[in-house]
Amino acid sequence: MKRRPNYLAGFASLVWLFLIGLPLYVMLAATLRTRTDYSDGGPLSFPKHWTLKNYTQDFSNGFGQYFLNTMWVTLAVVVIVLLLVPPLSYAIVRSKGRLTSGVFRLFLIGLAIPAQAVIVPMFYVISKAGLYDNLIGVILPTAAFSLPVCTLILSGVMRDITSDLYEAMAMDGAPPWRVFFQLVLPLSRGGLSTIMVFSALQAWNGFLFPLVLTQSDSSKVITLGLYNFQTEHGVDIPGLLAAVVLSMLPIFIVYLFARRALVQGLMGVGGK
Amino acid sequence: MTTTTQRVAGRWTVNRSAGRSSAAVIRPGFAWAVPATLFFVLFAVVPLVLVAVLSFTSWNGLGSPQWTGMANWNALIHDHTMIQSLWLSLLITVLGVVVQTPLSLLLGVWAAGRQRNRAVLSAVYFIPLLLSATAISVLWRALLDPNFGVPAQAHWLFGNGNLLGMQSGAIGVLVFVGAWQYTPFHTLIYQGAARAIPQVLYQAAEMDGAGTIRQFWHITLPQLRNTMITSMILMVVGGLTTFDTVLILTQGGPGTDTTISAYYMYQKAFKGFDFGGGSAIALVLVVIATIISLIVVRVSGYDKMRSSAEGL
Repeated sequence: MKRRPNYLAGFASLVWLFLIGLPLYVMLAATLRTRTDYSDGGPLSFPKHWTLKNYTQDFSNGFGQYFLNTMWVTLAVVVIVLLLVPPLSYAIVRSKGRLTSGVFRLFLIGLAIPAQAVIVPMFYVISKAGLYDNLIGVILPTAAFSLPVCTLILSGVMRDITSDLYEAMAMDGAPPWRVFFQLVLPLSRGGLSTIMVFSALQAWNGFLFPLVLTQSDSSKVITLGLYNFQTEHGVDIPGLLAAVVLSMLPIFIVYLFARRALVQGLMGVGGK
Repeated sequence: MTTTTQRVAGRWTVNRSAGRSSAAVIRPGFAWAVPATLFFVLFAVVPLVLVAVLSFTSWNGLGSPQWTGMANWNALIHDHTMIQSLWLSLLITVLGVVVQTPLSLLLGVWAAGRQRNRAVLSAVYFIPLLLSATAISVLWRALLDPNFGVPAQAHWLFGNGNLLGMQSGAIGVLVFVGAWQYTPFHTLIYQGAARAIPQVLYQAAEMDGAGTIRQFWHITLPQLRNTMITSMILMVVGGLTTFDTVLILTQGGPGTDTTISAYYMYQKAFKGFDFGGGSAIALVLVVIATIISLIVVRVSGYDKMRSSAEGL
């Protein structure tokens, strides 16, 4: 079967390629040239004086610290999510109780709570708990706000485990914890990696909670570092854009090696 | 459904009728849901209740909140900036949907084709998805800088270059950057849905002599109806909660020309130290978001979903 080429969509795709490609080119080119080269030649020109100084300078301006902070936040959020969500999803899918279906409804409603709406009381709670300007104060709400989407994703995956398998385990007289570890977890590996990627992205790219819950340089995450860099040295565009590139580098590496898991995790992000 | 399942290595394969005759399956108790529920209640539900309480108090961020009754709400009703911020949120949301829907629909349907070059191009298209909203805003702020950015080199396109210095320009930039950020995601949704359309429909249309455009209108579009609804609702939610872009690109300016509700709340609470007034705005946002989410749940059928294979 031969279909005629779709000119309109083809044209739109070319325009879009330009709109994506040009900014990315300008960004990369700017970070690899000296500041004077950038301001003399303009953003669209080809670099004449190549340098890596923009990157090294970012690291000496504290981005190394921000990087470590973000990694610690991301790791902690993923661990919390992986500890809390699988048992919850298991209960949601397998328990027949009224309470559990009420809990599922709670998390569904939770999908709708925009983080912006709770930053004021979150600031209140975290300050009263003595966690203001502490990364733990960022980790806890970030993890909590990843729970609804992760629960939805994982319970969807767990529902696909057929009841025959549960019955087989019941014949062996397996208690729920054995069913959980020997049947449910191994069969939801795909879902587990999706929620891992999703929660890691939420934590890595999170901006709002760090913005209102931290203050000092020692507890700054990378997104906040970008924002501060922009408000304080906005004219140093090559240095600023090098920081942007650094902030996306880990995600880009994951994209290269685990594109499928990442895209599924991303779909979860947008689904929020 | 009465067939034997063989998804796992042989030892769990069992005949369904044999399984049914066995002792009742032991189900996990509510205890399994407790840790996650407690955690979520503590860090999401409690703050949500507190936002309602705080909206009836006066609090400057230090000490304890003082009960002031309806004062914040009375002030809010008469607050011009608040009314304007709701209209601006609505405007930016509507413009976002109008720009992003046709674009992501076209790109998604195009990318659904299995040609090799399309796969390569698609990989490039999705790069904006890898950047945080913060990084995207910082990037565009730098690109659009009137002195050091692209406008300084392309006067024929940007005029005097200070896009963010006037309301229409600032709103245009916010809508454009929003589209840059979110179109790849919606393209992915449409691509997935377009691939799921049965090829038989196109073959039948071809036999009837229908061209590409007619096929698009009479097969592709109707088949993508549900996807469109889902995607548009997500755009609405995303548009109404726009915050990072405004904070970094316009700071709500020029003047209060792009001060949308979420940004106005942040400004009132964390810049003006009027946490009570900020909470009142936050509560308005919660109510709007809840109404939309109820529609989402109703339309998408999430609450009735029994399997991840159904629904989307």
